[in-house]
Amino acid sequence: MSAPRRLFAADGVLTRAEAQSLIERVVKLSQADEIQVNVGGGMQTNVRFADNRMSTAGSVSNFVVTIQSSYGKRSAAVQVNDTSDAALEAAVRQSEALARLAPENPESMPALGAQQYQEVPAYFERTAGVSAADRAAAARVAIDAAKKAGDLQAAGYIQVGAGASALGNKRGLFAYHRSTSANYTLTVRTSDGTGSGWAGADHPDWSQIDPAEVAETAIRKAQLSRNPSAVEPGRYTVILEPQAVGDLVQLMGFAIDARSADEGRSAFSKAGGGNKIGEKIVDERVTIISDPMDPDLLAAPFDGQGLPIGRQVWIENGVLKNLAYSRFWAERKNAQPTGFPSSMKMLGGDASLEQMIASTQRGILVTRLWYLRQVDPRTILYTGLTRDGTFLVENGKISRSIRNLRFNESPLFILNNLEMVGRPQRLAGTEAGGNVVLPALKVRDFNFTSLSDAV
Amino acid sequence: MTSRRDFLRTGALAAGALAARPVFDSAEALALSLPPSGTVVPVEPLAQAQAKELLLAAIDAAKAGGASFADARINRARNNSVATREQQIVGVGDSDTQGLGVRALVDGTWGFAATRELTRDGVTRAAREAVAIAKANKIPGAPPVVLAPAPAYTDVTWKSAYTTDPFEIPIEQKVDLLLKANAEAMKATGVRFVNSAMFFVKEEKHYANTDGSVISQTLIRSWLPMNITAVSADMSDFQTRGNVIQPAGRGFEYLLLQDPVGNARKWGEEAVEKLKAKPVEVGRYDLVLHPSHLWLTIHESIAHPTELDRAMGYEANYAGTSFVAPPREKLGKLKYGPAMMNVIGDRDQEGGCSTVGYDDDGVKPERFHIIKDGIFVDYQTTREQAPFLDWWYASQNKPVQSHGCSYAQTWQHVQFQRMPNVSLLPGERDIGWDDIIAATDRGIAIIGDGSFSIDQQRYNAQFGGQVFYEIRGGKIVGMLKDVAYQMRTPDFWNSMDMIGGRKSYEPGASFFDGKGQPSQVNAVSHWSVPSRFRNVNVINTGRKS
Repeated sequence: MSAPRRLFAADGVLTRAEAQSLIERVVKLSQADEIQVNVGGGMQTNVRFADNRMSTAGSVSNFVVTIQSSYGKRSAAVQVNDTSDAALEAAVRQSEALARLAPENPESMPALGAQQYQEVPAYFERTAGVSAADRAAAARVAIDAAKKAGDLQAAGYIQVGAGASALGNKRGLFAYHRSTSANYTLTVRTSDGTGSGWAGADHPDWSQIDPAEVAETAIRKAQLSRNPSAVEPGRYTVILEPQAVGDLVQLMGFAIDARSADEGRSAFSKAGGGNKIGEKIVDERVTIISDPMDPDLLAAPFDGQGLPIGRQVWIENGVLKNLAYSRFWAERKNAQPTGFPSSMKMLGGDASLEQMIASTQRGILVTRLWYLRQVDPRTILYTGLTRDGTFLVENGKISRSIRNLRFNESPLFILNNLEMVGRPQRLAGTEAGGNVVLPALKVRDFNFTSLSDAV
Repeated sequence: MTSRRDFLRTGALAAGALAARPVFDSAEALALSLPPSGTVVPVEPLAQAQAKELLLAAIDAAKAGGASFADARINRARNNSVATREQQIVGVGDSDTQGLGVRALVDGTWGFAATRELTRDGVTRAAREAVAIAKANKIPGAPPVVLAPAPAYTDVTWKSAYTTDPFEIPIEQKVDLLLKANAEAMKATGVRFVNSAMFFVKEEKHYANTDGSVISQTLIRSWLPMNITAVSADMSDFQTRGNVIQPAGRGFEYLLLQDPVGNARKWGEEAVEKLKAKPVEVGRYDLVLHPSHLWLTIHESIAHPTELDRAMGYEANYAGTSFVAPPREKLGKLKYGPAMMNVIGDRDQEGGCSTVGYDDDGVKPERFHIIKDGIFVDYQTTREQAPFLDWWYASQNKPVQSHGCSYAQTWQHVQFQRMPNVSLLPGERDIGWDDIIAATDRGIAIIGDGSFSIDQQRYNAQFGGQVFYEIRGGKIVGMLKDVAYQMRTPDFWNSMDMIGGRKSYEPGASFFDGKGQPSQVNAVSHWSVPSRFRNVNVINTGRKS
């Protein structure tokens, strides 16, 4: 089946010049003190399959323009997806009319002038060129392998995107970033319903996605996880595969707001006032950064207000080095504004998964975690469950498949209870998504609180 | 469940908003991340006749391309959010977008495409794209998609229950109400921070399919989330009270009726009282659960596992499957709870977040029992899914037809099975909250929804809450903190031994329920009555290391 490649090109990816010209066109219409124009959009295509057959597949193109006008500390914005001259002019007039009515925001910050941004090579032509036939073929790799095994059901999802975002104002600010994305996740279940395995791959470059490897891993885990038996809940040494580490550790990103810490309502608040910057908070082998330019991350180099997002070190050798400062809070506290991270990477060690297993007398190997929800913000304590491949390790070997377990744990606790650190890798299926690179970890005293019957 | 993927990408304000309000839902943070804005918007809404012309052009093009069935939707989606903290505005977000989504069934395989280009050429291209995708995805020999028959509804309209359109209310009035409520909450000594917001959604939906249906609908949903934080004098502890007002499929009048200004001080005092509350002792307790809390337990442990697509494995790669499977082993056989337990699915209770005139398959939804006298009797279905249960409906002398549970978040999303309102019906005795507490010797009463987590087959769950009271000898004797209960779904519901009557029947709701890939949110209400559960496992979440 050969589907035409670009049958539907209504919303391609804006080039830098097109974005600049569109933004200038809107800025010229402004009669307010300030205007900021954000544009963004592109194509997103996908295919879903389940029970060894295709279920739904789609192609979406959209393009959104957000126009924010300001008079002093009064601001208002209007977001539309109609880019005709008439609609854009109406949106500008509307945002101005509304800005005059809006209450003053005492925390509003002056418009940014021109900034320097890194050029992040996150756009891959081969990803932008992926066709419906290419996606179907990638899905067939898993479906055919599951069918061939005879007693397996494959359910998966492939999503491919290409887009651009840009922003500008009256003060010379202009930022542009384009990117592609490709994500493949796969769950393989055994027909008797007793085994389930998961695997995934994610990269801006479609050619880095290996459907055969994804299928092979998910199938192996499904077969290995058949007929699980129960272990008593309690404290265990765990070997967390990178995906499981990511599911929990990246949730720290939601707690790194400097202001909440300074206000006394965060895990990073210091008793008596202030925050914990400069204090050792986790094991000294832990260093966590964000860096849009890192070739494993390739994230946006600016935030929605045009603030440049560069490399930031959040935790270095176990010491909290920085928290996330908005422009307003940075000015208040005489700190550098950091914006909020668009990526996360934990620098690794060199232990392999095999070494972690071989060195474990009794422990639990965890493929991934599921349905994580915060239980106590004072400690970043989360609850959730293991899923799609949970195994008992005894005497240096995987001894059997075990039933899934609920945990109540904090990323701060597990990063304090480190035994071994693996090599970091890019994750595909974390609940929060985004550009995340983390290693496998071996951790002692992981707190499992109950058993689940779920497969 | 709710996806966090989207808002991580939205950057600064989103992360800041979440960090500041840990119990708020992530999608709220997403909405807050929109830039400050106002309430009136410049999109020219399509006239009904114009929408119909484009819809028919799309489905005609799909048919010409070889589709045996096609449908098209034009949605105009308006969202408005106003966010405040203490005595200042944080942001006002407003968006207004529209477009068309077209779905084509070709040779038993689906294809879908969506475009914002609302011209005859634009929608025709989208229809051809949908057909091409369907053809690319055909697997020889795969069983074809078959749709249950449904009547055609030609040129019908429907409007949800609202009297005041929130999009007509000036921004000053919304901000004023929030700041007054914040000020009242701050009057409780010890309250240091208040975040409050308003969210409004207005959907103008037009639908047509090749069976002859042409349907136009207008829906409004409203919510006022508020989160109050008390910090101890030595900064060693903080506690919050949130989720105070439930979302509803109603207009601005609904938020006024909830009287946030009149109630805020009481909510603030509850946050302060939590600082001094006694940490719960772990163990087994009888739980008395208020509808403001129980709705979420119903949502997670009854409504999600009785979605037929989950039971059939269609959501295995994301939200998961279901313990209520396979259908042949569960329908008419699974004892979900005691005989007093009756659970219905509906999309017609007034003010329900899932209430609608016609679903996104063009079906007029019906009210149906999911659990009758404690026994599981039906799943939530769409036109594609009802035929999976033809053997069951034949045995029950019922027609094979959809329950009307098809929904797509916007024109950009393909429709699939989503929850109707799923509700626990009142018991025969008209008793209420106080009566059940008076009948309880040793227990914990829980008000408001808190932390929630459940496994991918909906067996093992853990729920927190907002406010917890210790019950001794039929009386509330004081407040507890750090309470969460863990449960196994069938055991939990079978431990229910008292339920309230009609006078205590009230709704709770989720504004942002997530499902599917790519993840789509919907909104759904769950009515219930105060209910008692025996001997439930309670843990203490106040761990320090």
